[in-house]
Amino acid sequence: MDLSSLISILLGGMAAGMVLFIVSVGLSVTMGLMGFVNLAHGAFAMLGGYAVVFAMNHWGLPFPAALALGFVAVAAVSLVLERLLYAPLYRATELDQVLLTIGLTFAITAAVTLGVGPETQTVVLPEWLSGQTDLGFLQYRTYSLVVIVAGCALMLALWLGFERTRIGARIRAAVDNRRMAQSMGVDVARLFSLTFALGSGLAAVGGGLGAEILGLDPQYPLRYLAYFLIVVAVGGLGRISGVFFAAILIGILDFVLKINFPKGGTLFIYALALVLLLARPQGLFGRRSA
Amino acid sequence: MSAAAELARRHRWRWWEALPWLAALGYFFAFPNYLAFGTQVLVTILFALSLDLVLGYAGIVTLGHAAFFGAGAYTVGMMALHLGWNEPLSGLAAAALVAGATGLASGLVLLRTQGLALLMLTLCTMALLEQAANMGAAWTGGFDGMPGLSFGRILGLFGFDVLYYRSQYLYALALLFACFLIVRTLVYSSFGQSLTGIRENLLRMHAVGAPVRTRQVIAYTVSAALAGVAGALFAQANGYVNLAVLGLDRSAGVMIVLILGGYGRLYGAFVGAIAYMALEHVLATAYPTAWQLGVGLTLVAVALFARNGLIGIVDALRRLAGRAAGSPR
Amino acid sequence: MNAALLETRGLCRSFGALEVAREVNFRLERGARHALIGPNGAGKTTFVNLLTGVLAPSRGNVLLEGEDVTALAQAKRVKRGIARTFQINQLFRGLTVLENVCIAVAERLGVGGAMLRAAGSRADVLDEAARLIDMLKLSGDAGRRIVELPYGRQRLVEIAIALGLAPRVLLLDEPAAGIPSAESHILLDAIATLPKDIAVLIIEHDMDLVFRFAERITVLVSGAILAEGAPAEIAANREVRAVYLGNAV
Repeated sequence: MDLSSLISILLGGMAAGMVLFIVSVGLSVTMGLMGFVNLAHGAFAMLGGYAVVFAMNHWGLPFPAALALGFVAVAAVSLVLERLLYAPLYRATELDQVLLTIGLTFAITAAVTLGVGPETQTVVLPEWLSGQTDLGFLQYRTYSLVVIVAGCALMLALWLGFERTRIGARIRAAVDNRRMAQSMGVDVARLFSLTFALGSGLAAVGGGLGAEILGLDPQYPLRYLAYFLIVVAVGGLGRISGVFFAAILIGILDFVLKINFPKGGTLFIYALALVLLLARPQGLFGRRSA
Repeated sequence: MSAAAELARRHRWRWWEALPWLAALGYFFAFPNYLAFGTQVLVTILFALSLDLVLGYAGIVTLGHAAFFGAGAYTVGMMALHLGWNEPLSGLAAAALVAGATGLASGLVLLRTQGLALLMLTLCTMALLEQAANMGAAWTGGFDGMPGLSFGRILGLFGFDVLYYRSQYLYALALLFACFLIVRTLVYSSFGQSLTGIRENLLRMHAVGAPVRTRQVIAYTVSAALAGVAGALFAQANGYVNLAVLGLDRSAGVMIVLILGGYGRLYGAFVGAIAYMALEHVLATAYPTAWQLGVGLTLVAVALFARNGLIGIVDALRRLAGRAAGSPR
Repeated sequence: MNAALLETRGLCRSFGALEVAREVNFRLERGARHALIGPNGAGKTTFVNLLTGVLAPSRGNVLLEGEDVTALAQAKRVKRGIARTFQINQLFRGLTVLENVCIAVAERLGVGGAMLRAAGSRADVLDEAARLIDMLKLSGDAGRRIVELPYGRQRLVEIAIALGLAPRVLLLDEPAAGIPSAESHILLDAIATLPKDIAVLIIEHDMDLVFRFAERITVLVSGAILAEGAPAEIAANREVRAVYLGNAV
């Protein structure tokens, strides 16, 4: 295999990985923050995707504006759901949380199927994002490159936000030791609502950005649930850098495997996740809880 | 009645415990054209019962229990197809062994973790088996599975009736009863009580000197074996096995059934399976998407308001009416 | 016999830069009626966690009758005869008082894992549990679930469970906390019925209880032992008074 093919595969995997990252990072923080098993996170990503498609096709919004709209819309919806449905179960058992969020996923999936239909939605990319870009040694899909850049930019922004701002410090503190943070005056409940909304909004952006790469149809949440969860579990709860690298790893692996072993590629992903989680249950980058 | 006396008598059979079995027999005579459906319900009850042991009593949250159901189903299918071995009872025993061994192996390894990691690992284990079944088409029939399996006579006397499911129904009922006896004995034993302790307060169980991991692994293994029997029953009764015996759909489905009925309550599996499948039979064929919406919303409602399922609701009503709850715990 | 029943040698534990146990050399003798006191955050509960195996030390050893049990897990130490109550009740909240105590007694009798006989048919377990419940004046509540009981009664169940394990070493972490003072004698009476050679260590803030119960007191401050001795000595110790007791005693 020559260099340009190798790079081509790496870029393709990284693009998919970036989508996984953008969707999963919110899940990682909220699960790390509140210990809440949110299996409906993929549904928020899907809703974002549908919002973007809708905004572009029906209201003629340009792609970036549609993404912004998707972010705001889903963040708002998720905030309402968080106050109504999630908050009562913060102290509940894991089983109850699994039930709630699986039920929510089913309901959202069914609602979208009823409202829009079961077909796959297509995102018509704007002119400046389609086609190929000349990288010198290689011509590559512009869109994938943009996704990669966007993912890195987001990673940087989040890292700065977490490491350099006071709110970021509070979130990190609460993830590390919630009770300690509470006793130091951090309003954990409000913090969680904020990060939940932010995380769901990001998932929406991921859903919109990734529609071209991962596809978009009502089965999206259930189909990709395992991937998001694996990325989060392997990356370590509440560890943004962990999620980033885990997402890229899984994205590239999956991409490579799909090309070479179209029938059984996913088996290796699950096997890898199994081995990794057994070796380090707290994730590759996670810290064992105090 | 003093607390001690009540505890001492709890395991005795109540009169109403005969009702489900009488009803099941009655169904056989009353609905001879719906025995195929009845058999599916019985298989589901058995599967849900196996999940109850591990989820309802031991408190191990797993999304991968279909792995053992599938292991049992594929064992029986592959034995029939490749070894030409289609004697049903021995096939059943083999399925229980294979599924149990799978449960033991995965339990020993997985139960070192807890919380999200454990949940993910159960999911990964099942997904691995699913992928393996998909890839090993020469053995498992891959995506299409193994249709058209035929099995020998049960005890040399009763043949499998593909059209009316007469023997299947009674076969399933007998098996369900036998497995129910096993689960009931376990649940009322000291072992079962310690499982409840593990579920209620893990730290406390360690602090009373209980070998927690050992108990969990045993529960997981027995549960896996029972799920394997359910899977084998499915394969034998229906005469086919395909990938649908594995996968998140089947795992989530059995969990929903158990929760709806009431987990940790022995008969929750019965109530949940009958209620869910009856409703599904009527509604899902007509309006599949609306059915999914309804299930989703019901789950949300259950998670928020009725965590103990239908039996829990009945309990609450009885407590309101002033009588002590009498269902087995 | 020179070996103490329970002993720690150079026990240390830190969380990052925070040292919660510093070179603790502690002896609990056979038949001891020992109290561990100290200001909040002194590391008393941490110490019990180290003794019972809930927490592993950074350095040092825990010895039970001369035998090093530092590497033993919590459950194994319980089997060797160390039982404890928790500062915050750790009970099976959905189960009845009787069931709670039965689980402990069953484990002690070695039948906790028996799979065939119904738990309710074990008269030995039921009788022993009933005896303990009676001793702690909980008979009226035996059939009630823990969630339905007032906190003080729950506390007594916590103690019944520890007693049900028939330990050689009994570690009680603030056992009287939450028990109305009118009922606290129940606790002392129960301890008084214990075999004389059982070692009992109580962590307490209720100085009344401490001075009524203890034959020996250890004062723990910031993870290290400040003073140790008979109650009268401790009460007179100026350092202790300055740090903890104030001038009230």
